[in-house]
Amino acid sequence: MRRFLRGSTIPVLLVALWEVLSRTGILPMDTTSRPSLVVVAGYEGMADGSILIATWQTIEAAMFGFLMATVIGVLCGVVLGLSRKLEAIVGPSVDALRPIPAVALIPLSLLLFGFGLNLEAAVVAFACVWPVLLVTIAAVHGIEPRLLELARVLEMPFATRMRKIILPAALGRITVGLRVAVSISLVVAVTVEIVLNPRGLGYSMMMAQQTLKPELMYAQLLWLGALGWALNAALQKAVSCWPGMNELGGQS
Amino acid sequence: MAADKAGSAVSVRGVSMAFTTGAPVLADVSFEVREGEFFCIVGPSGCGKTTLLRLLAGLLKPTGGDIDFYGAPIAGPGRDRAIVFQDYSKALLPWRTVAGNISLSLEACNVPEEERAGRINALLAKMNLQRAAKQYPSALSGGMQQRVQIARCLAQQPKLLLMDEPFGALDAMTRQTLQDEVARLAVEQKTTVVFITHDLEEAIYLGDRVIALGTNPGRIVEMVEVGIPRPRNQLLTREDSRFLAHRHHLFGLLQGH
Repeated sequence: MRRFLRGSTIPVLLVALWEVLSRTGILPMDTTSRPSLVVVAGYEGMADGSILIATWQTIEAAMFGFLMATVIGVLCGVVLGLSRKLEAIVGPSVDALRPIPAVALIPLSLLLFGFGLNLEAAVVAFACVWPVLLVTIAAVHGIEPRLLELARVLEMPFATRMRKIILPAALGRITVGLRVAVSISLVVAVTVEIVLNPRGLGYSMMMAQQTLKPELMYAQLLWLGALGWALNAALQKAVSCWPGMNELGGQS
Repeated sequence: MAADKAGSAVSVRGVSMAFTTGAPVLADVSFEVREGEFFCIVGPSGCGKTTLLRLLAGLLKPTGGDIDFYGAPIAGPGRDRAIVFQDYSKALLPWRTVAGNISLSLEACNVPEEERAGRINALLAKMNLQRAAKQYPSALSGGMQQRVQIARCLAQQPKLLLMDEPFGALDAMTRQTLQDEVARLAVEQKTTVVFITHDLEEAIYLGDRVIALGTNPGRIVEMVEVGIPRPRNQLLTREDSRFLAHRHHLFGLLQGH
């Protein structure tokens, strides 16, 4: 608690300074607004549900894209990780596609899907799939060869081998990729909304800015920061609930 | 040597092995392992003894010669041949408890769920692991981890138990205890055991027969029938004149290579 209090000294002072400078007219109201107004705007946005709806739209797109990326990335990653031959064939294509900035695909995605959820999720998925794929390949390469031999000696069918040996053994490292991807998903979703998709927090921030309501823009910005933090924490929590994960974390 | 009265479990004929890179690892190795026999292979590091064991497990295919298991050529790994790896800490599933690790073999052998608990408890008792049942491998000592691996191998009820320097990384006291336990289990279960070690005394102490491998390339330089009755004793057997005679004989041969 004392650490928390000490840590919040600087933010509290800065906010107070902001409020004072704004009230004395040193900071221009039309660009920097004022903390007290930001709190009010945030409260009103919550109360009338507009921020919550926009939040849901952003989260929906980010998670949809993230899940697609996870499924595709983990599946392909495991297959490529197990077969050096396949990796040699597919690897160069992956290396060629990966450097394309995901946001550069927004026009293409608009052409394919039109405005809406799918446009946004597709761009998010493209951005998120690479860290998941690469980390999964590395995770599978990192599995103890003894465990794979054990699976062979026990004559496990492929699905069983996957479920009982490969995925649990690789999970610790795959999570690292998933955490990177979760942060990316939110960044890309908001970016797509700011650039052109008329939905979600990114779009409502743009609207607030263009209709000269900077206090609402600041409120949404702070809310977005809290959201990113919460997403990361939720994923970490979900992972730590996996049975035996602590033992796994100890060794990998 | 011709087929024995006990029947042959493993027949290795003229086996050679070379990896794509480098010199041959094994050259013209031939031997038979009798059913129920405790068969030890001893040799210095680099003589290809681990390669030989992996060939018997079916994890590798020989580049020359034939290996038969109960009359049929070995096509690949199988549940009828269990393998105890030397690096026990890497061969256990860290996310499963001791009981869970043993259960893995039973699951793979399609043992129905209601039977598993009973079988696991029997194996835990056999390997003195009852108190560790709910612990994770990372919490156990090396000796205990190796017991878990042996228990898991016994759970698959193998016809052949392959052991790759299983006690090489353990301290002397633990090693002796486990040697006696494995010797007792092999007699009780009538399991055929192929046991690899670089410790000559361990090979003579445990084996019904011992073959010594030389290096560059790996080949058989000698085979001895130990001929010391069981049960053996850590103190008395090691002072037995036959034990000492084998030791002197093989020591000289292995030094020469």
